[in-house]
Amino acid sequence: MKSFTYERPASPSAAAAAAAAPGARFIAGGTNLLDLMKLEIETPMHLIDVNGLALDSIETTADGGLRIGALVRNTALAADTRVRRDYGVLSRALLAGASGQLRNKATTAGNLLQRTRCPYFYDTNQPCNKRMPGSGCGALEGFSRQHAVIGASDACIATHPSDMAVAMRALDATVETVRPDGSTRRIPIAELHRLPGDTPHIEHALAPGELIAAVTLPRPIGGAQLYYKVRDRASYAFALVSVAAIVQADGSGRVAIGGVAHKPWRVEAAEAELPRGARAVSERLLADARPTHHNAFKLTLVQRTLGAVLAEARA
Amino acid sequence: MSDSSDDSGLSRREVLALGSGLLVLGATPVTALTASPAAADESPVRQAVTSKVSFLVNGQRRELELDNRTSLLDAMREHLHLTGSKKGCDHGQCGACTMLVDGQRLNSCLTLAIMHQDAEITTIEGLGTPERLHPMQAAFVKYDGYQCGYCTPGQICSAVAVLDEIRQGIPSHASGDIAATPQLSVDELRERMSGNICRCGAYSNIIEAITEVAGERA
Repeated sequence: MKSFTYERPASPSAAAAAAAAPGARFIAGGTNLLDLMKLEIETPMHLIDVNGLALDSIETTADGGLRIGALVRNTALAADTRVRRDYGVLSRALLAGASGQLRNKATTAGNLLQRTRCPYFYDTNQPCNKRMPGSGCGALEGFSRQHAVIGASDACIATHPSDMAVAMRALDATVETVRPDGSTRRIPIAELHRLPGDTPHIEHALAPGELIAAVTLPRPIGGAQLYYKVRDRASYAFALVSVAAIVQADGSGRVAIGGVAHKPWRVEAAEAELPRGARAVSERLLADARPTHHNAFKLTLVQRTLGAVLAEARA
Repeated sequence: MSDSSDDSGLSRREVLALGSGLLVLGATPVTALTASPAAADESPVRQAVTSKVSFLVNGQRRELELDNRTSLLDAMREHLHLTGSKKGCDHGQCGACTMLVDGQRLNSCLTLAIMHQDAEITTIEGLGTPERLHPMQAAFVKYDGYQCGYCTPGQICSAVAVLDEIRQGIPSHASGDIAATPQLSVDELRERMSGNICRCGAYSNIIEAITEVAGERA
């Protein structure tokens, strides 16, 4: 691990101002960043420990929604009685991710900003346009069973690993940030994560130093809220495919899928197909898919997983 | 490629370019390190930076001055000589380093010691002693919840926390009704213990040990 200096700022705006310096990074739970620092994939000069910033509460908002502090741990968010009652898809997604130890440490904002687990990103002997822009992509001609089937590019076919973010996409969450100049802004979660294009190393819409302060959820919309995750073992593994769904009694609903793209994948127009079933929805959702020969199975897996979700929702 | 390639897939020209790149990097003068953060980031060498931290370890106040990079696990093992907690993967994948911090289990390899000022840390050494075993330690002995024993301190710390999490009503992926109070079952324990890998495969005995302790406390 490369050496670094360390500070604990007194306020979110002080943290954002400090983080605008080149080589500075925020650290919260640290479960992803320290892993990458040990491999020298991340080599920050300066760490800004935001754990003391009191951004760890969950509050009901004026319009009946929920405001989740950036530092709320995954365990605490999944266990919150309001989340379990009104946003079940979020609780289920969180509990499908990582291990008990990691969920105790991992934060809401850190989960959103975690980096891909693409093995070619992790292997510093391999080319990777995300780790070293311009070096190429080892996964394109490599073993790509886990990789993206849609929204990818010739520069990168990595997936976003978060379960939580897929549920938040289905819930139309909004990310609240503080910028280095102290100003704040709100970013719809659909606009937080970027597709890889020619610049896969630029993964989100945040400016240098911009700090996530909270994630807000709109007022509850009810319905059956389910999260199915298909993976190579029953627990503690990243998704091959996951489906977050909110299905209303009249058959309408929302669907977001994970494990298939560089960001949580949702196509609102595909949701109009819900009364016609999983096949119609997934054909619309994945209309522009370009799988590799290793991961073409994901297209069928999405359809079957969604079918199982819809069957449970209507049972 | 115009140059002939060998089996490595690299052309001779690419190998030469790679070699000269490394030479240039190696020749960077050390004085460039402090020029600016951006310039220093390109450098292969950085000065170690230390910080002071104090915490309560197994009930005792301990003060250390540590390289900022020191994980909580290394602080316990290498600086306080509490070698019960084990380093397995050092990447949060195996659970051998699991300890309790402010009552919660975590992977001590994936957190910096200096981030835990004033924390209350309990390692396997703080759970029980050879003369007075913690009930979970006694149950692991009784049910042979190990073979080589390397993962055992992490398994036991994790298991103690699992029962506490169920008591607090924290649901899991194995909980059928997410809104209901979680019930104690083998499926629940297996899911909640999935962050602790046992390469000897003592899982069934581990579950029996935890089940007995859970029963005593129910």
